[in-house]
Amino acid sequence: MVIKPAAVRSGRGDEEGNVVDQEKKTLGYYPGCELRTRARALDISARKACESLGITLQELKDWTCCGGLVAQVKDNYMALLAPARVLLQAHTQGFNELATLCAFCFNTLRRASFFLERHPEARRKLATFLEVEMLPQVRVLHLLEVLRDSVGFDRIREAVRRPLQGLRVAPYYGCLLLRPAQEISLDDPEEPTLMEGLLKALGCDVVDFRSRTDCCGSYHIVTNQGVAAQCAQVILHSAVDAKADFLVASCPVCQFNLDWSQAGHGNTGVPVVYFPQLLALALGEPAETLGFDERGAAMLREGS
Amino acid sequence: MFQEEKITASKEAHAPLGETARIYIMGKSHDVPQGLTILKAMEYAGYRLVRGVGCRGGFCGACATVYRKAGDFRLYVGLACQTGIEDGMYLAQIPFYPAPKPIYDIQRLSPDVGALLRFFPEIVRCLQCNTCTKVCPQGLEVMNYIAAAQQGDLKRVAELSFDCISCGLCVSRCPAEITHYHMGLLARRLFGAHMTPKATHLQKRLAEIEKGQFEEELEALCRADRQALERLYAQRVIEPEG
Amino acid sequence: MSLLLSLGRKDGLAKEVAALSEQNLYACYQCGKCTAGCPVASIMDDPPHQIVRFLQLGDVDKALKSSTPWACVGCLTCASFCPKGVDLARIMEALRTVRLRRLDAPFRYTQEDGEWLSNLPQSAVVAAMRKVTW
Repeated sequence: MVIKPAAVRSGRGDEEGNVVDQEKKTLGYYPGCELRTRARALDISARKACESLGITLQELKDWTCCGGLVAQVKDNYMALLAPARVLLQAHTQGFNELATLCAFCFNTLRRASFFLERHPEARRKLATFLEVEMLPQVRVLHLLEVLRDSVGFDRIREAVRRPLQGLRVAPYYGCLLLRPAQEISLDDPEEPTLMEGLLKALGCDVVDFRSRTDCCGSYHIVTNQGVAAQCAQVILHSAVDAKADFLVASCPVCQFNLDWSQAGHGNTGVPVVYFPQLLALALGEPAETLGFDERGAAMLREGS
Repeated sequence: MFQEEKITASKEAHAPLGETARIYIMGKSHDVPQGLTILKAMEYAGYRLVRGVGCRGGFCGACATVYRKAGDFRLYVGLACQTGIEDGMYLAQIPFYPAPKPIYDIQRLSPDVGALLRFFPEIVRCLQCNTCTKVCPQGLEVMNYIAAAQQGDLKRVAELSFDCISCGLCVSRCPAEITHYHMGLLARRLFGAHMTPKATHLQKRLAEIEKGQFEEELEALCRADRQALERLYAQRVIEPEG
Repeated sequence: MSLLLSLGRKDGLAKEVAALSEQNLYACYQCGKCTAGCPVASIMDDPPHQIVRFLQLGDVDKALKSSTPWACVGCLTCASFCPKGVDLARIMEALRTVRLRRLDAPFRYTQEDGEWLSNLPQSAVVAAMRKVTW
């Protein structure tokens, strides 16, 4: 017996179950270097998920590096050049909103934008250097907030064709998605509900996971692996304690650090996936096209 | 005084100079005829160049020159063999800027961002300041090919850096201390070795040669005397043009 | 004005750190919440609140020589916990910046490290190059 997708049963979908009562939305999209190389799965799965939800992610042409973390001192204008350039590129190409997926890029661009709005001197200097009249105001978004605010979790629930029932997931925010709260303003920095809301809409069993806003060690993976290992282990242990099947992340560095620390220091076996991979899976995309790694794919097979 | 003597001597010993321009070569002023290139002007001024000169045709990148103009704080660049002098030009040459070449085996590398980062990890320090692009005498989009390298897009690096003549001006000005042209070269080599389509007719011919298909013919040629060779040459098949 | 708490008493370095970080170092009342929340406090020479104390007392050398700013990961847990709104991550960044601008850092990456770096996520390498090395 074929069960029609929720969207069709509710009368708001077409025969294939795509939700059709919303006009298509196009967002300027900034992938970041990782999504072109190591984190392709994040890019591909997000694009597919967005297409089914009526959102087109229009990638910026000729984009350059976001600058990889803002300088947190008052006078380092050079470090603001890279994000300023990206905002300029977005504006020049006709976008006043820019969607990002990588937490590093999101944090850098959002904070840079916040700083530039409040520091006219910096804006002037950078505009002169970049040889433009003035720096534009571009709103930097994360896909999670687009899903929450523009699409709505209820509509996502209706669009789900393969509810991920029985999948125990631990939503892992890391630090860059939420902090500093007054500059990022994505969600409550200590008690966020954004990822939980999305994952519940997909039918997942969201576990209570105490390390969800802990730091994974970030760039210490480059210079001080002991620190990174320590941070990652804390997170992994709490995921194991909560009996999670998957750790759901939104940052390629978090994904790497958590994955790496499992390989080198005893395999606790919790695959680390990106939230769009689960989103696309629930919306009906075949798992093989979503870039799950071996551990992730094995966990999916076990669960089904 | 030395300067005046020189001018007097010129006036007496040679035909009139016509319009002159005063240029400053590494701080020393010289009056040279208008219409010369920087290279010719330096040689006119008496410099015998053994570095910072090459093909004289804008292709080898040896004569990269940086200069300023009177009353203008900006830096200008050009190839000495291609750039004309201006009155008040204040110049110096950058014949070579330190840039050691890493050793690698192109066949052993895979054409991805990892290969580039392995030999040039400093490309991630790029600040996107665009100084490299502004200083390129070939007008290349240097910052964009560094960005493409970070994104692992080797094809685009190869395309954007294709006309690079390795003059080293970008290297001399980069605040992040990147060695652009060596990285671009690695990317182009990787692209050529691993990503461009292989010439199938070449592979076919190589296989034929290895099978010994042309051995007899080659042997015969080696044994032939001069007359036979001349006859063969005169009777060779010439492919029609066009 | 208490002699102990006068920034002007020691060299201009303490002022530089305060200016760069734009933080009021005297707002800190040493409650220790930052240290409690810091994921790497256990491997630091001096816990984060101690570094603020050094700066308050004008003992900038101790703060500059400490391994603490280099172990800081910028996760901002401290800043989000602080009841007085002191952003310790900015203070740590200011301390790193003072040393980096003197070309003095515990890490110095060269092309020899290329093999290891090429396996890592680029964002991490970019961030590391900006934060802990010049």
